[in-house]
Amino acid sequence: MAAAVGRICGARLFRNTGIVGPQVCQLSTSAQGWTRNRKLLLSTLGVVGGGVGALLFALEQSVQASGSEAHPPHQPWSHDGWFKSLDHASIRRGYEVYKQVCKACHSLQYIAFRNLVNVSHTEEEAKAEAAEVMIKDGPDEEGNFFERPGKLSDYFPSPYPNENAARAANNGAYPPDLSLICSGRKGGEDYIFALLTGYMDPPAGVTLREGQNYNPYFPGGAISMAQSLFDEAAEYSDGTPPTASQLAKDVATFLRWCSEPELDDRRLMMIKVIGMFSLLSAVVYYFKRHKWATLKSRKLAYKPVSKK
Amino acid sequence: MSLWATLNRTVFKRTSTFALAVASGTFFFERTFDVASQAIFEHINKGKLWKDIKHKYE
Repeated sequence: MAAAVGRICGARLFRNTGIVGPQVCQLSTSAQGWTRNRKLLLSTLGVVGGGVGALLFALEQSVQASGSEAHPPHQPWSHDGWFKSLDHASIRRGYEVYKQVCKACHSLQYIAFRNLVNVSHTEEEAKAEAAEVMIKDGPDEEGNFFERPGKLSDYFPSPYPNENAARAANNGAYPPDLSLICSGRKGGEDYIFALLTGYMDPPAGVTLREGQNYNPYFPGGAISMAQSLFDEAAEYSDGTPPTASQLAKDVATFLRWCSEPELDDRRLMMIKVIGMFSLLSAVVYYFKRHKWATLKSRKLAYKPVSKK
Repeated sequence: MSLWATLNRTVFKRTSTFALAVASGTFFFERTFDVASQAIFEHINKGKLWKDIKHKYE
């Protein structure tokens, strides 16, 4: 890009005129400012840049208006906002929903049991959760693979050994891995909440193949996953009433944590960044005034040279 | 003599004491800044963090 611009206008655009140059141009009547060509070039660049930006913005806007799926409404998530952390009680309930409902078909292969420690479970509880599942390990001394209870370092086991087995068991549709689903779908947790609570009868004129369900939030409307969250579809250990929307909200929060386990750290970093940059900008502002004071308060006097 | 002049004479004039002042100043500033940021974060998110709910499970 820089090379192309350089080829068009030569070295003029990048020529270093220094700090004093423009100042002198403004103060003096005899010195020349920008040349006509330079003005023309820069205004052309400005107009073209602005036009391209406006075009991209317009294209992005119009893309959202096409397609037949419904847009998920925005929900008031407790982690929405520059400084708001995830609700860890909700993550814990969401994990219970995943374990009781989603786990039957969906894998969570990038999350390990150790990740739960000090996020939603104590170390003892996470060890107990890991010990409940059997993990394939091996080979042992005789070269055989064997099953053992899980440890903290194990990743969540997948319900199917591979994608083909998953497709064969689910009418040809592959239940996606949920580790990064919240970041991987447009709309994030809003989309997941809307999808899980948005099942309905197909409207007139829409025919579904066998095993498919209608969900207006799913692109195309025909989804192979059946509605799985109903009131009382899972049990909460903390006594929260397990309504369908509560289950969907908690599992969406849990999946946001799976996608971005560092979210709380980022929110804390935001506070630090704002604090540090406000200090630095105060220093920079003072220093700018300090350095420019001389330059701005000076006067240039021209003394005519008499010819002898 | 003012405090600033005293500080200038005893600390900032000599490079060795100046460097020491920079190092120790950094240490204390950073600790204070981190603790303050953490306190603000925990105040904003009171009741939502793991440290607020972990007593239920221990």
